[in-house]
Amino acid sequence: MRNYIIKRILASILILFCVTFIIYAILRCLPASYVETMAMQLAMAPGAKPYEEWIAQLNASYGLDKGIIAGYFVWLGDFAAGNFGDSWKFTVPVIQKFHDVVWLSFVMGAVAFILELLIAVPLGIIAATRQYSRADYSITAVALIGISLPPFFFATLLKLVFAVKLQWFDVSGLVGRTFAQMSSWEQFMDKAYHLVLPIATLVITSIGALMRHTRTNMLEVLNADYIRTARAKGLSEQRVIYKHAFRNTLIPLVTIIGGSLPGLFAGAQITETLFSIPGIGWTAYQSMIIGDIPFTMFYMTFIAVLTLASNLLTDILYAVVDPRVRIA
Amino acid sequence: MSDINKPNEQNNVSSGETLSLNDDRRVKTLSPGALVAKRFFRNRLAVLGLVMLAVMFLFSFVGGMVSPYGEDEQFYTYTYLEKEYVGVTRNEDFRYVSAEGQDFGSAAQAQFLMAQMMGKTEFEYKDINYGLTQEGQDFYAVSVDGDTIAIAYKDIVNASDGVADLPFNVKHAALQLYTNDEQGAFSVDGQDYMLDEDGNIIQGDEVMGYISRFVVQSKENGVLVSRDFKERLEEVLDNEGTEFAYTDPDGTEHTYTITYDAAAKVWSVMQETETYVYSQYEAPSSKHPLGTDSNGMDMLTRLMYGGRVSLIIGFIVVIIETVLGVILGGISGYFGKWVDNVIMRIVDVFYCIPSLPLVIILGAAMDGMRVDPQLRMFYLMLILGFLGWPSIARLVRGQILSLREQEFMTAAEACGIRVSRRIFKHLIPNVIPQLIVTCTMSLGSVMLTEATLSFLGLGVKFPFASWGNIINDVNNSYVLTTYWFIWIPAGVCLLIAVLGFNFVGDGLRDAFDPRMKR
Repeated sequence: MRNYIIKRILASILILFCVTFIIYAILRCLPASYVETMAMQLAMAPGAKPYEEWIAQLNASYGLDKGIIAGYFVWLGDFAAGNFGDSWKFTVPVIQKFHDVVWLSFVMGAVAFILELLIAVPLGIIAATRQYSRADYSITAVALIGISLPPFFFATLLKLVFAVKLQWFDVSGLVGRTFAQMSSWEQFMDKAYHLVLPIATLVITSIGALMRHTRTNMLEVLNADYIRTARAKGLSEQRVIYKHAFRNTLIPLVTIIGGSLPGLFAGAQITETLFSIPGIGWTAYQSMIIGDIPFTMFYMTFIAVLTLASNLLTDILYAVVDPRVRIA
Repeated sequence: MSDINKPNEQNNVSSGETLSLNDDRRVKTLSPGALVAKRFFRNRLAVLGLVMLAVMFLFSFVGGMVSPYGEDEQFYTYTYLEKEYVGVTRNEDFRYVSAEGQDFGSAAQAQFLMAQMMGKTEFEYKDINYGLTQEGQDFYAVSVDGDTIAIAYKDIVNASDGVADLPFNVKHAALQLYTNDEQGAFSVDGQDYMLDEDGNIIQGDEVMGYISRFVVQSKENGVLVSRDFKERLEEVLDNEGTEFAYTDPDGTEHTYTITYDAAAKVWSVMQETETYVYSQYEAPSSKHPLGTDSNGMDMLTRLMYGGRVSLIIGFIVVIIETVLGVILGGISGYFGKWVDNVIMRIVDVFYCIPSLPLVIILGAAMDGMRVDPQLRMFYLMLILGFLGWPSIARLVRGQILSLREQEFMTAAEACGIRVSRRIFKHLIPNVIPQLIVTCTMSLGSVMLTEATLSFLGLGVKFPFASWGNIINDVNNSYVLTTYWFIWIPAGVCLLIAVLGFNFVGDGLRDAFDPRMKR
């Protein structure tokens, strides 16, 4: 087991190396970058140096005067040393900006994820135990509608209904107008209140996958021999489903949940952007749009690490939870 | 003979004729394909999905042809804009004119005002005694030693267009008559004048000027307000009217509305001008069932063409994905060993690249480069397709790994069939069921990705329509709150199409799965 994990981690590092290089190369190859726009602006000022001089100076000060490969290794060395550079857009160290925004995204993601679990798992089990009944059809339909709903459209609908027409919530933003005058408890409640619509969007648009997963697994378990045995013993249906079958559906469920944990830090780019919630997703979106290379590189690497971590976690959890699985 | 018997036979069977137990006709044989179809059509959701897809396809592909309008045909309309034409004030202050060679400065004017308010008949300023005579309503003559040196009046004497200012004495005489509500002839300095009931000062046949309490100021540069118009306006104002029509000398008729601002004591006269503009955000009507968008294009037609773009992009991306995925997955699964290792590591790398952020970055870069919208659409398809193949490659590889150990592959090898043939003719067809399911589902998700990008303004761009970039209009919060018909139909179309793909994909998965009962 330990050898397996070490092997996987080494492989992950190799993959990460390739991924960061690809992203770095793409970012560097893009024209009309942040630096060029800035040089253009600076050269426009009265009595300024010509554009060529500005761009040479800026490139040098941002470390863009090296070639892509050399530049990549400089970036890699800095990254490995824990020096993530300064964000161009936010003009603070990347890691500081990251610190400021990531926890909000995490809280949002965690609340949404817990709600998803609470709703999706019971519904999935109901759908599976009454396969092909009306309940099953409607649950499947709801799950698929959730998957098919474009998040931006759903978020806009929510805004129209609850923010514009009913005026229960603000259209966007994390804090209300009177935030500065509130006590700390009220400030907390104000933020929570502003997160209701974004979290609702997240829950509804991502609940379908978990619901269907639970249903499929439960169906598989219900067709297993030991369930037939349990029924043959004369156990009540209640006991068969919630004691024998449910415990076995937990195996894939736990692995999925474990695998989703790193993703909670990734932020919800579209939802955060739409509701102007200053989490990691919106921050990253802003930096990507203007070509802020240090922040974008950091964010992309962060996401890649999260993906690798969740894959690894899923595989390890499989072996831990299910004694039938042996990892070489 | 069999031709004649056949219908008969069928009739017999359906009419319930009892057949012997071992009669072949009792056993209905179905091919695997027919079995799948049967299971598929039993699934109500899947059939619903199929219907939804059919509707969306008809809507997008046939609709564009049926629609009377073109994709980017713009509609224009005349709108009436109310522009402030002139401002009218009723003069409430005294104005002063002094006789030739006389001086009546502003300090003296102030003294005059005080004296007038207190009802005195004379006042003194700088050791000069001024006499004050009321000669009419709000009309005073100021005299020094019996000579009139100035007049103070509220009814203004305007010289006609093209006439130099009227002499002091003429003004004096005309105002004397006017302020006492008199009309008639008068003569000044040997010349004869007439004052008619409208306050016109006439010499011979020529109107030299007119007297009026109202000051009319044109609010637009270069507009000369004609005398005729002013007269007409005063008439309306006297009757406290709020609307009137006036025909210009060149024959165009305009409607004017008059609003009175009590605080500033100004009447503003608004002219309705006709402007030819895009018919923007027109409400749904029989001509435009879903109204028009921000560019004055028919919304329903845009929606149809948008569906075409969205569906075509979905299909092309999925085709690119599938071709790449099947080829690489097939090679990887069949050869195994180091080939498999290399390809699977590439797949791992691709899996790890955050695709949505990457596409957003590329989209923003294309914005910066001002890529032609059509070219941009191709790039978008290529990028999405190139980022999407790894999952299909994994699926194909996994299936082939187990399939290649089976007997039919040994047989194929023994027959000496070429490797490429073995992979693509014998192995891949066995993966098709799973492939179809995955492709159907990913059609939906690709359409969602494209719509999200277009919504952010980083995907399909104007003049091309896509369901995503139609919804993009809600970034204008006025559209969000007021014009539901701009963005809700596009969202609903998108939802229906994606849902259709998901329903069908889900139904196909169940139908292909032999373990499924029913």
